[in-house]
Amino acid sequence: MTNIWIICRKELKSYFASPIAYLVITCFALIWGYVFYMSTAEFVRYGFMAEMQGRSAPMNVNEMVIRPLLQFGATVALFLIPLITMRIFAEEKKTGTIELLLTSPVEDWEIILGKWFGALFLYLCVLAVSALNIALLFAFGKPDWKPILIGYLGLILQGGTLLAIGTFISNLTKNQIVAGVATFFACLLLWLLSWSTAFQATGFAQVIGYLSIVTHFDGFAKGVIDSKDVIFYLSMIFFSLFLTARSMESLRWRA
Amino acid sequence: MIKVQGLTKRYARTIAVDNISFEVEKGQIVGFLGPNGAGKTTTMRVLTCFLPPTSGTATVAGFDVLENPMEVKKRIGYLPETPPLYPEMEVSEYLTFVGRLKGISTADIDRRVGEVVERCAIGDVRDKLIGKLSKGYRQRVGLAQAIIHNPDVLVLDEPTAGLDPKQIIETRELIKHLAGDHTIILSTHILPEVEHSCQRVVIINKGKLVATDSVENLTNRLRGAEAVALEVASSNGPLDPAAVRQRLEQVSGVSRVLPREARDGRLAFEVESLQGRHIRADLARSVVEAGWNLNELRAVGLSLEDIFLQLTGAESVGQASRPAGGLQAPLSKEGQP
Repeated sequence: MTNIWIICRKELKSYFASPIAYLVITCFALIWGYVFYMSTAEFVRYGFMAEMQGRSAPMNVNEMVIRPLLQFGATVALFLIPLITMRIFAEEKKTGTIELLLTSPVEDWEIILGKWFGALFLYLCVLAVSALNIALLFAFGKPDWKPILIGYLGLILQGGTLLAIGTFISNLTKNQIVAGVATFFACLLLWLLSWSTAFQATGFAQVIGYLSIVTHFDGFAKGVIDSKDVIFYLSMIFFSLFLTARSMESLRWRA
Repeated sequence: MIKVQGLTKRYARTIAVDNISFEVEKGQIVGFLGPNGAGKTTTMRVLTCFLPPTSGTATVAGFDVLENPMEVKKRIGYLPETPPLYPEMEVSEYLTFVGRLKGISTADIDRRVGEVVERCAIGDVRDKLIGKLSKGYRQRVGLAQAIIHNPDVLVLDEPTAGLDPKQIIETRELIKHLAGDHTIILSTHILPEVEHSCQRVVIINKGKLVATDSVENLTNRLRGAEAVALEVASSNGPLDPAAVRQRLEQVSGVSRVLPREARDGRLAFEVESLQGRHIRADLARSVVEAGWNLNELRAVGLSLEDIFLQLTGAESVGQASRPAGGLQAPLSKEGQP
């Protein structure tokens, strides 16, 4: 347990000592801030119009602002996560520091979990920036906080899954760019899979659609925790980290 | 302390280490000698549990590298060929990280970091970023990292590679200092290093064990013929080199006489004996009986390098005329400094 924490802390130090963390957080803050402004401005304009026309349409901040925002956040994560994970193992393999980790009295899974938690922590920092904006809504209105929390739980689970996939891909190469590009396309593919059900409704298309990472997020965005989605994310995380462990082991036998 | 038996490591197409066995006793410094690509690094990686052996066994302090890797790792400090450093970390921060990783408790870590910093003389760069350090300092931080958990065994892969002569001497001194508490295996392709720092040598070439013995024994065992350096002068007038040479060649047991540079009327020769013959007494008598002065007469031991080349078959020593400077010259043929 301590070993996981030691490695996790070292990972965080590496992220925040290099420009990666600041770059990821800044980019996300800019994009998110812009979209946040657009959607709230639209919401306010709509409110004014409704008032001027003299009809009091029921307006819901959660439905009109927060839900689309969270869904947008889930999409942006697809692009940010390769930036976070590409260095995880590739860098250590390139500089040879992997030799230090693998010859220290630490289990492989402790290394993998430590690194994954480090990446997850950085991702939480990114989400914290988005939460700042949403907190503003509480200053001017009364959004329901429970669906927001559930939405964030969904973002964390989805992020954790993509981070685990990225961790695995980073373990396969010692070239950070290869790891980054491959992870990006893996994320993209997992996103595109959701389109399969849009064209045809056969059983096969549904199976493919089920594998898509974003379809499982829809429930969370609505404020619904479906055990099916939670299990999907958790098993994807477990499976990816398990593959990473296998890959580490094969590294020893091949290298 | 370390026991390697029938160790073989096979990669997809090549055999990196082929059935080698050796033992290292506690407190010894062992030099692992071989040309580049001989399998030194692979052997070390097996010992440090980085790579599993294809067949054969290796045990460190009684623990098998395959069955008890955790126990082995706790007892080994390892400095790979390129020190495993994180450039974005400060030296003390890095050492704390490695120390914690090797199982030092939070209570002891600061004290241990202080100790190794002092021992490796890196106090003045303690708070610097590793990325900004010079090569010599990096090597020392790497060494500090290897000894932080006070391991029984130290495995150093080419600890002096790429350092300048002053740094090499400092590193060697440091290694010698460490010898008392630790059993050390160091690999190198630079021969003087073994002669300077090690008690035992393990020579491997192309993955095969060529020889393992103490440095002295190895030198003695392989010294077939005796080589003698000789300086002759005359008190009355210059000498005729050809005449002197001829006379020396007539001494029984002499296989050949090689002239060396002459200075101020003194003539220098290197005389080699036939296998197992002692020629020094006869040489001295012969010179004196001719009425010349014998200025110098000393045995020239075969250097470890000659032995190394002999063993690995890189070059036959007997045929090549050996320059007086012994150690350095043939090395440069292999592209080493």
